[in-house]
Amino acid sequence: MRDPAKPPFLALRGVSKSFGHGAKRTEILRDVELEISEGELVAIVGFSGSGKTTLVSLIAGLLAPDGGTIALRGAPVRGPGPDRGVVFQSYALLPWLTVQGNVQLAVDAVHRDWPRARRRAEAMRFVELVGLAHAAAKRPSELSGGMRQRVAVARALAMDPEILLLDEPLGALDALTRATLQGEIERIWRAQRKTVVLVTNDVDEALVLADRIVPLKPGPGATLGPSFDVRLARPRDRAALNHDLTFKKLRNEVTSYLLELAARRTTGAPGGGPALPALEPLDLRRGAPRGAA
Amino acid sequence: MAAKQRVIRALELSGLELFVPVVKLVARDEPAEQLRALGFALGVPALALALFLGVWSGAASRIEASIGAVPGPSAVLEAARGLVADHVAERAKQRAFEERMAVAEAKAEAEGRPWKQRRYAGSPTYFDQIATSLKTVFAGFLLASLVAVPLGILCGTSATIYAAMNPLIQLFKPVSPLAWLPIVMILVSSLYTASDPLFPKSFVSSSITVALCSLWPTLVNTAVGVASIDKDHLNVARVLKLPWTTRIRRIVIPASLPYIFTGLRLSLGVGWMVLIAAEMLSQNPGLGKFVWDMFQNGSSDTLARILVAVFTIGLIGFALDRTMVALQRLVSHDAHA
Repeated sequence: MRDPAKPPFLALRGVSKSFGHGAKRTEILRDVELEISEGELVAIVGFSGSGKTTLVSLIAGLLAPDGGTIALRGAPVRGPGPDRGVVFQSYALLPWLTVQGNVQLAVDAVHRDWPRARRRAEAMRFVELVGLAHAAAKRPSELSGGMRQRVAVARALAMDPEILLLDEPLGALDALTRATLQGEIERIWRAQRKTVVLVTNDVDEALVLADRIVPLKPGPGATLGPSFDVRLARPRDRAALNHDLTFKKLRNEVTSYLLELAARRTTGAPGGGPALPALEPLDLRRGAPRGAA
Repeated sequence: MAAKQRVIRALELSGLELFVPVVKLVARDEPAEQLRALGFALGVPALALALFLGVWSGAASRIEASIGAVPGPSAVLEAARGLVADHVAERAKQRAFEERMAVAEAKAEAEGRPWKQRRYAGSPTYFDQIATSLKTVFAGFLLASLVAVPLGILCGTSATIYAAMNPLIQLFKPVSPLAWLPIVMILVSSLYTASDPLFPKSFVSSSITVALCSLWPTLVNTAVGVASIDKDHLNVARVLKLPWTTRIRRIVIPASLPYIFTGLRLSLGVGWMVLIAAEMLSQNPGLGKFVWDMFQNGSSDTLARILVAVFTIGLIGFALDRTMVALQRLVSHDAHA
């Protein structure tokens, strides 16, 4: 599909990252290879503590890799920039600014040459896009978790990024809000057609949203596993998906893959490292639906 | 009901939560509960105050100082009334003088004689002294804040600058105003040599002394506040590639404002305490000089008048603190609900 002479949209080559020095040095990521095409929504799925946030921070440029290169449209990433909009796991909304103010900050930073009125209208456009027009003058502390998450998405989109990085964007929300917001994110993604990297620990969320799922093997020294293409028609209806055979099959494949990795680690096979808490893989292998599905 | 909520919010902001039960009582909101709350919030302090006045008055009548009896509460109240009467009388004299001068000036003008304007040369009243003290403390406080906040932001943003500043802060923080004052006075009198100075020298040296002593809490608090800003908030600034000035203005200062105001509040408290000592020594007209003058006077109402000054200093200090608390609550975004 891609012209082989043209560099990939986003490319990670042999990326590794460690924290600490000497004996306390922990290798988080090792030899991470990833290529993402323009307009693709890729989900990186992994266990908690497997280095997902580190991976997002590296792509965002908030951290520098110890080895390897990260390139956007062939140009190496050096430091953060608004071309890679981040939705932080904690949302990182500024509590002293209103919803509009938080989005405005991004618009003002990116479109410095625009007249004031146009910048205001642009900010409001993104507040409306995430359905928060009625709460534009509220402060983050007056919002529910789901609403805060929407503000974070609106702010990231307002940066007019080439690529949107979502770091466990729905991790702090209850199951019902999660399901609603997954629908929202899919709707916004279809409308904006941005390239998106979604990091999550929820296989179902990845299946509902992504074009492709890339598992992150558990750290330390985590690498990416083989991709799973998600060939499901859009828009995806969560309720209908639960009876979709492709969906069920794919979910089994991805879950089994991840659980196998975990099982190998707990038995001390290649990879080593500290044991994970006991999981119950048997029920899941039979394909029983998971709690919030 | 909305009005009630607004009044309660205003009281909480101004640090007068004490009166929240009164508002609720007026609104007939669980009257029994409110009366109990009120009884506790007002009754206990009132009782303590009454006890204090009783002990004071009992002790005062038993102690005889070299210049007369130690004044009890009533003598102090009497002295306060005397100070107010002095003020009123002095103002009346000044008005009379100005009226006479106006008449004389009109007459001179009518007769074509040259006229030289003369100023009233009365001594400052107790209230003039209070006004001078407040001006001096605010001048010093302003000076301290202008230095401490930017320096604190620098210390908070750079670990290197903080490491460089830390020994100096630790060294100078505990120094008494009485040690600074002579240095400041000598420097002011040798460097501040305008023939027609905008401010009197005594005012400048007391203000600078106040600033030198009240600088530290704001400096340290600002540094701590800036250093403890949420990493993610700074990452937002990095992702947006905000220029340095925008980052300081829109992220760093708003985020650390609660800390900065805590520092300012402590600084103002220190400044007010230091001021009295500085005024005493520098002979800057103000409450400190008033206390010193009374002490030098040695008249029968010396002690009573000094005690009036003590209560005045206490009440003004309390009022300044409450004002800062109200400002602090107004700017602290995390307290909003």
